Amino acid sequence: MVASHQGLAQRVSDAFWRRPRLLLLVLLLPPLLWLGVVYVGSLFALLVQSFFSIDEFTGLINYEVTLKTYAELLQPANFDIILRTTLMAASVTVAAAIVAFPIAYYAARYARGPMKALFYLGVMLPLWSSYLVKVYAWKLILAKEGILNWMVEGIGASAVLNAVLSMPVIGGGSLSVSYIGTFLVFLYVWLPYMVLPVQAALERVPQNLLEASGDLGASPGQTLRHVILPLALPGIIAGSIFTFSLTLGDYIIPQIIGSSRLFIGQAVYAHQGTAGNIPLAAAFAVVPIVIMGFYLWMAKRKGAFDAL
Amino acid sequence: MKKVLISTTILAFAGAGLAQAQMTEVGPGEGQLDIVAWPGYIERGETDAAFDWVTKFEEASGCKVNVKTANTSDEMVALMNEGGFDLVTASGDASLRLIAGKRVQPINVDLIPSWSTVDDRLKDAAWHTVNGEHFGTPYMWGPNVLMYNTEAFGDSPPTSWNVVFEEVTLADGKSNKGRVQAYDGPIHIADAANYLMFHKPELGITSPYELNQEQYDAALNLLRGQRELVNRYWHDAFIQMDDFKNEGVVASGSWPFQVNIMQGEGQPIASVVPEEGATGWADTTMMHVDAPHPNCAYLWMEHSLASNLQSDLSVWFGANPSVPAACTDGRGMQTAEGCTKNGLDDFEKIKFWTTPVSSCASQGECVPYYRWVSDYIGVIGGR
Repeated sequence: MVASHQGLAQRVSDAFWRRPRLLLLVLLLPPLLWLGVVYVGSLFALLVQSFFSIDEFTGLINYEVTLKTYAELLQPANFDIILRTTLMAASVTVAAAIVAFPIAYYAARYARGPMKALFYLGVMLPLWSSYLVKVYAWKLILAKEGILNWMVEGIGASAVLNAVLSMPVIGGGSLSVSYIGTFLVFLYVWLPYMVLPVQAALERVPQNLLEASGDLGASPGQTLRHVILPLALPGIIAGSIFTFSLTLGDYIIPQIIGSSRLFIGQAVYAHQGTAGNIPLAAAFAVVPIVIMGFYLWMAKRKGAFDAL
Repeated sequence: MKKVLISTTILAFAGAGLAQAQMTEVGPGEGQLDIVAWPGYIERGETDAAFDWVTKFEEASGCKVNVKTANTSDEMVALMNEGGFDLVTASGDASLRLIAGKRVQPINVDLIPSWSTVDDRLKDAAWHTVNGEHFGTPYMWGPNVLMYNTEAFGDSPPTSWNVVFEEVTLADGKSNKGRVQAYDGPIHIADAANYLMFHKPELGITSPYELNQEQYDAALNLLRGQRELVNRYWHDAFIQMDDFKNEGVVASGSWPFQVNIMQGEGQPIASVVPEEGATGWADTTMMHVDAPHPNCAYLWMEHSLASNLQSDLSVWFGANPSVPAACTDGRGMQTAEGCTKNGLDDFEKIKFWTTPVSSCASQGECVPYYRWVSDYIGVIGGR
């Protein structure tokens, strides 16, 4: 009875109190709209495009649902691109995990005070400077007449470098035009995304478990394998999701460093635009989504998310 | 879908009606002018105080110039389709699309006093003239030259594109393998076709942009051989310059822009338009069919031909003026030697860029551009 005499704000407040779900709806509506329309909507528009095809003769888009464009992905030249990108992403991820683990372990278990600050600074600093600047800097470092080659020559190891570069597939004229160069730059650029989650996971490993393992007679190696690694796995998986998906989608690094062979991102860029082959570009864009979906599914099966 | 179709049809008819209406007189400026342009094309002295061809125009006409830069021809076409702009500096691959899409209007050259000073070879160029109507004024043009390192070539500078297409031993005694580059865009297939046009006349290529299946396959084969020689394809002008300096690259197709900058740095670099001729680009100032400020647009087109623009832009961009007098009459900084360096005398050797389409003039059916894209990706990938 009293409520009817009160102001609008009061009545709205009462309505929310009586129907908690209404409040929830009002609060969730803006982010849901954002996610639904802007995020999923654009993704859906892309997916739809990939089911159309391009007319062989006129170059116009044929708006009939077909799987023809996906079949085109299996053509050798296109399949090469998918394989190349996935292999690169996988090797970058494995290498990043191997390099990041000792760094993260030291930072989580041993570094104290100023050393810890230095660690955070060291890992974060590269993230503060522009991505492009870092990639261009690496181009200069890896160049044939760059500082790395000069150093290698200085210590008389040119023969070793040349032997590495003369290997088929991964070799090339110089580090900067070979897959090794592309790999090194990817590794450098995405490493912080692996170090930080691994470090966070390692910090949560309780000290008393390690002590118990030692008391029960486990060697340090056994403790690492059976206690630390399993407990740090969620961190490694989280990091690997970053490094893997970032490498899958990147189209700038392979354009500046490497042998000009295309990666998925570059293929998408090349097919839209003047070529007007939006269906094929969309089909290419779906590939990383599928690969990542598969990857997450595998990670879940391996129990990587159990600890979350 | 049907609704969209109907509205596009209506738009197309409306466009067709408007496209016929040429202006008959230029009134006073409307106070504003919106131009879609390539980066570096419209300078008001803000990048470098010496390069300014806007301020004086604004003072004289009262038209405040707004520039929207676009990085690709596709962006330009998209912006013009969106509307709200007066002018665009369209390249050969965009201009015909804009005309076909009725996004630009024919211009009345009688309203542009300096039209008579335009290079006669550009006045009726196919990329802006359709059925005798001019859809814009020529802006700038330039060749894709063969840039080379003078130390590697010594006393025998290259005279043919073969140094980038086939394995040869250079004057310094080493092979060109791993020391040459090619452009990282499908349009490079045209460069290969241009080379074959000269060396394999039996293929019967008449235009490097109009290739039938057989001619196209021959060009792709040539490019597959080139892949063995090329360590990295170039995409960005500054990365290419870096590769010439730090990566041991000694020859590549390139633009006068890179040549001028590297010569300015004292690098041992020179360029040539080889015996086979070369591909090139030519841009046109085109006017939107619904230009909101038509008088300012006409005033600018006149300004673009008459003022220091042609001369100074030619220095700034390493391109050639569409008004040959701009090289010599001292209206800006360009000189006769500078124009020669930018390739002014090579006009006849240049095949200007157009988009390859399936229905081509010379032989009925040609390989369209989207296949150039997918096949060139295969070539770079080693297929």
